[in-house]
Amino acid sequence: MTDTLAQCVGVSRRFGDFVAVDGVDLRLGRGEVVGLLGANGAGKTTLIRMLLGLLATSGGQVLLFGEPPSRQTRRRIGYVPQTLGLYDDLTPAENLAFSAAAFGGQPGEGGRQVMASALPESLRPYRRTVVGSLPLGVQRSAAFAQALAHQPDLLILDEPTSGVDPLARARLWETVAIAATAGTGVLVTTHYMDEAQECDRLMVMADGRVVAEGTAGQIVGDARVTVVETGSWAAAFDALEAAGLPAALVGRSLRVPGAGPAEVRRALGPVEASVTGAPATLEERFFELVLSSSRAGEPG
Amino acid sequence: MTGPSPGNGAGRAATVSPEWWGTEEACVQYGHKLALDHVSFRTVPGRISAVVGGDGAGRTTLLRCLAGALAVSSGRVRLPAPMRIGYLSAGSGTYPDLSVDENLAFRATAYRLPPAAARERSAEFLERAGLASARDRLAGQLSGGMRQKLGVIAAMLHRPDLLVLDEPTTGVDPVSRADLWWLITRAAADGAAVVLATSYLDEAERAFDVLALDDGRELAAGTPEEIVAAMPGTLRVSDARPEGEARQRAWRRGGRWRIWDPPDPLITDLRHQNPDEPDMIMAQIRGESVEPREPGRPVAPDLQDAVTVAILARELAGSRELAGSGDLEGGGSR
Repeated sequence: MTDTLAQCVGVSRRFGDFVAVDGVDLRLGRGEVVGLLGANGAGKTTLIRMLLGLLATSGGQVLLFGEPPSRQTRRRIGYVPQTLGLYDDLTPAENLAFSAAAFGGQPGEGGRQVMASALPESLRPYRRTVVGSLPLGVQRSAAFAQALAHQPDLLILDEPTSGVDPLARARLWETVAIAATAGTGVLVTTHYMDEAQECDRLMVMADGRVVAEGTAGQIVGDARVTVVETGSWAAAFDALEAAGLPAALVGRSLRVPGAGPAEVRRALGPVEASVTGAPATLEERFFELVLSSSRAGEPG
Repeated sequence: MTGPSPGNGAGRAATVSPEWWGTEEACVQYGHKLALDHVSFRTVPGRISAVVGGDGAGRTTLLRCLAGALAVSSGRVRLPAPMRIGYLSAGSGTYPDLSVDENLAFRATAYRLPPAAARERSAEFLERAGLASARDRLAGQLSGGMRQKLGVIAAMLHRPDLLVLDEPTTGVDPVSRADLWWLITRAAADGAAVVLATSYLDEAERAFDVLALDDGRELAAGTPEEIVAAMPGTLRVSDARPEGEARQRAWRRGGRWRIWDPPDPLITDLRHQNPDEPDMIMAQIRGESVEPREPGRPVAPDLQDAVTVAILARELAGSRELAGSGDLEGGGSR
């Protein structure tokens, strides 16, 4: 289908004996925002590097706009790395002009046009300040502007909003949404489930494989946790820990994944508490998936 | 110098009550910049408190004051003795050229922890945090998440009364983050007052209470429920991006738009009741529910919404001031 921007078919990558990416299938269409979730070492960055054409595959096939990755396909991709990829001693406008030139724009008049049109309103007050002196949220906006300046068909974001306040984060996602509405396909990695909720579709990776795929709701499914409400959470925490049921403290309640109310009640022993079941969050479901994957991967 | 100190005996002026640690009206000035502007913050033994805010909000400055690493320019701090504080600075307080074990042994010595107790606690925490197999590795060679876990273990090894953690989970993957939260919870269960800085509100929502900072000032404070209850105005959620003036009061969340309606009665009345719509007025008189003419339906805010509204309200007030002064460039005249 012509609307497919990026496609991976059974893609693998080995480093020596280590399999970083293991038979991954992915399809990203126009205007779609797909989130890639996974722990460190799950294979997200390796997969992105193969899509960018920075790393060859060991098996399977990567297609960008229907062809193998090349300098020509790279021209149609906007990329914001975790490190932002900006020059600290240039202003946002100079950074934009430089990247526009690198992407094949003309220096001089053409470059100036790119600068004038691509510098978003929110960055204009900072146009004479070098990037290194800007607050992190503004630096991130500048990196987004730079990645979008050449109107890419595909936008790849690696941990795009780490360290910024919620309003600044919402504004960055606004930029992503506007690009997606205009038809850009977006692939984004994140460690934050709140951010994952911004995506149309999610892929959960563990140990190089895709272990779940779908909307946040589909991935959570009917997974449940047990919630313990008690006046003495520390005693409950200790009792659950002793029973091998690690609990997560949320406010004054404890949430216990992987054990039903009856089992949790028994483990609490004499601790007075109300014990009920509740739907799992995306983050809790994510752990379940990652842990069951690592158990399945253990020898014996 | 400080308030009454029950239970600690009279005449020991330096001893403070263990009811709370924190600051009162603390200010920190760097040159002309007020990095902390009259901030009062309390944390209590056995409790986890979160300090949230974006880059430059004043989180690190406040945490350095709480760690006793920075003196306030004015106001007061109330802290345990330096040896009873555990502190993880932003970036990771570990020695890159020492192994995991050596880092912890060094901490134990510095805080005069008995060697047997230090070994036992180190072993338990390293095992629980998934670092047991990395004990001989140099801290500088650990992944970001592992290094943060080591930093938190080092800061809590001596069972401090006050544990101050500056962004322990920033950039850390969810699995390591769960390990970090186990350690943090362990410290609070052992009786420490824990303060952690984070830029993520879903994480702050796990704390007992929250202080939100912006530009060195308190933006909101209290338990997450209190902060939500104190949010001025109301919130709508809409699938479509609002048009016109409402655009400034809207932000994107969860693939939809949140729109904040400030409590200004005039604006709210105009927005929700259009006098040109006799049908709506008649419906209201009949007591029927009326769909507002603007898009969206009411939604109950959570902590993230309430803090976003607080930042937005400050931003809108600031842009009004700027517009009033006729200088949108902030002083740039050439």
